[in-house]
Amino acid sequence: MAKEIQCPLPGIFYRKPAPEEPPFVEDGGAVEAGAVIGLVEVMKSFHEVTAEEAGENIRFEVENEGQVTAGAVLARMD
Amino acid sequence: MDLSGKTLFVANRGEIAVRIVRAGQALGMTVVQAHSEADADMLAVRIADRAVEIGPAQATKSYLDVDRVVAAATEAGADAVHPGYGFLSESPRFARAVEAAGLIFVGPSADTIERMGDKARARATAIEAGVPVTPGSDGRIESVDAARSVADELGYPVMIKAAAGGGGRGIRVIADAEALAKQMPQAQSEAQAAFGDGGLYMERFVPDARHVEVQILGDGTRAIHAFERECSLQRRRQKVWEEAPATCLTEDERAELCASAVRLAENVGYRGAGTLEYLFDPARREFYFIEMNTRIQVEHPVTEMVTGLDLVAEQIRVAFGAPLSVAQEDIRLDGHAIEVRVNAEDPTKNFMPFPGVTGAMHIPDGVRFDTMLYEGYAIPPFYDSLLGKLIVHATDRDAAIDALARAIDGMSIDGLKTTLPLHAALARDPDVRGGEYHTTWLEDWLERTELN
Repeated sequence: MAKEIQCPLPGIFYRKPAPEEPPFVEDGGAVEAGAVIGLVEVMKSFHEVTAEEAGENIRFEVENEGQVTAGAVLARMD
Repeated sequence: MDLSGKTLFVANRGEIAVRIVRAGQALGMTVVQAHSEADADMLAVRIADRAVEIGPAQATKSYLDVDRVVAAATEAGADAVHPGYGFLSESPRFARAVEAAGLIFVGPSADTIERMGDKARARATAIEAGVPVTPGSDGRIESVDAARSVADELGYPVMIKAAAGGGGRGIRVIADAEALAKQMPQAQSEAQAAFGDGGLYMERFVPDARHVEVQILGDGTRAIHAFERECSLQRRRQKVWEEAPATCLTEDERAELCASAVRLAENVGYRGAGTLEYLFDPARREFYFIEMNTRIQVEHPVTEMVTGLDLVAEQIRVAFGAPLSVAQEDIRLDGHAIEVRVNAEDPTKNFMPFPGVTGAMHIPDGVRFDTMLYEGYAIPPFYDSLLGKLIVHATDRDAAIDALARAIDGMSIDGLKTTLPLHAALARDPDVRGGEYHTTWLEDWLERTELN
């Protein structure tokens, strides 16, 4: 069953630490438990989004710089 | 000046947009409010005569998009554009684009914004006008010997700054000559590594500095001041509590400070409302110009409360070419005012943002609350967390703090976490009551204080 990573806060989702840098995790990549998979900008402050458990073949449901609501599924992985 | 029939375009959002819409309408103007897709139901849109969407939620694609905002203002048939604070308010490119489109920019000329927005040019302008600046090295320092002689002249502690740094990066505070000899080579190689330039500047470091700032108004020929504010209570360099006047100053110091600000404003032929920010050294009893903000400021209401001026209305009138409506001798200080910033943040959880839905609100009588809130309003998460400003005015500072404590006690905003509990605690604090604080006091206080 696919594991879901949900967004903790509403705001704008970023897959990269900075515009010119590579994403935290590439599509199809594997993550460790506790790894940062993106940032949410809420009211001009940035909050890290972490994976609660390890997984593989990550598939993002939200684009870089996409608007998100709290609880939205950001990514699925196996 | 009769402005009825004129159209004002508000290129901002939140509480300041509400303030500007009301000021424009009170002057008889038709007010058109710009908004992003995420701001369609904000209070300023609801009270404006008309509203225009200017793009998606992301500010870079809406409120910060110069071409789009100017096109929207032109299309709306605007005579003038008010930029508020933040966003494009201090963009010379925006001011130029507004004027190139044949509209009035509510603010100083693009050239003045540019000149005062550049740290080095602003400092040079201040020196030219006889305004004291932070004593420091005359340009770059290359050797330890040169550093030592400058430091001897300034007096320790001193601050060394990377010439190519900025935003607080590459700054060291040096306590004495021994530390200087040790740290200067380190700082040089660090600056070289970080910025590709080992050049350093030196400035006097002001311990326990207080932030004071002077409100000025100009019509292009004449400038006046509306006294000063003190904003030393800051968290992460953001002001949280502001007062007028600054009770740390004597009458003579106040007069000297305010006169210096007027000199600078007249020197640049300033038009509009502006603020000169200074550091006040309470030990040496000296003040130093730091920078100028060429726009209306968040904390302008405290000045309005103690002087009776309407700064936003005056800003609009002079933008249309009217001379200042008041003379310096007509502006008198009346009592003491305090403003606290009510942010959508949870002070018990490290100021975590809280963009919720506004429930029932109760605002006590006898206070001013400049806000973007209304019951049922869902706060968008895309912009800063300022919900409003609670402002009290009383005969003196003690009475103002009492009034503030009572106001917070009688105030409720359901559904949201706000910074009101922080302000309630500050209003009870003996150091705050005694005026015993400085620009880093609040950070230390937050470290040792449990809020609930």
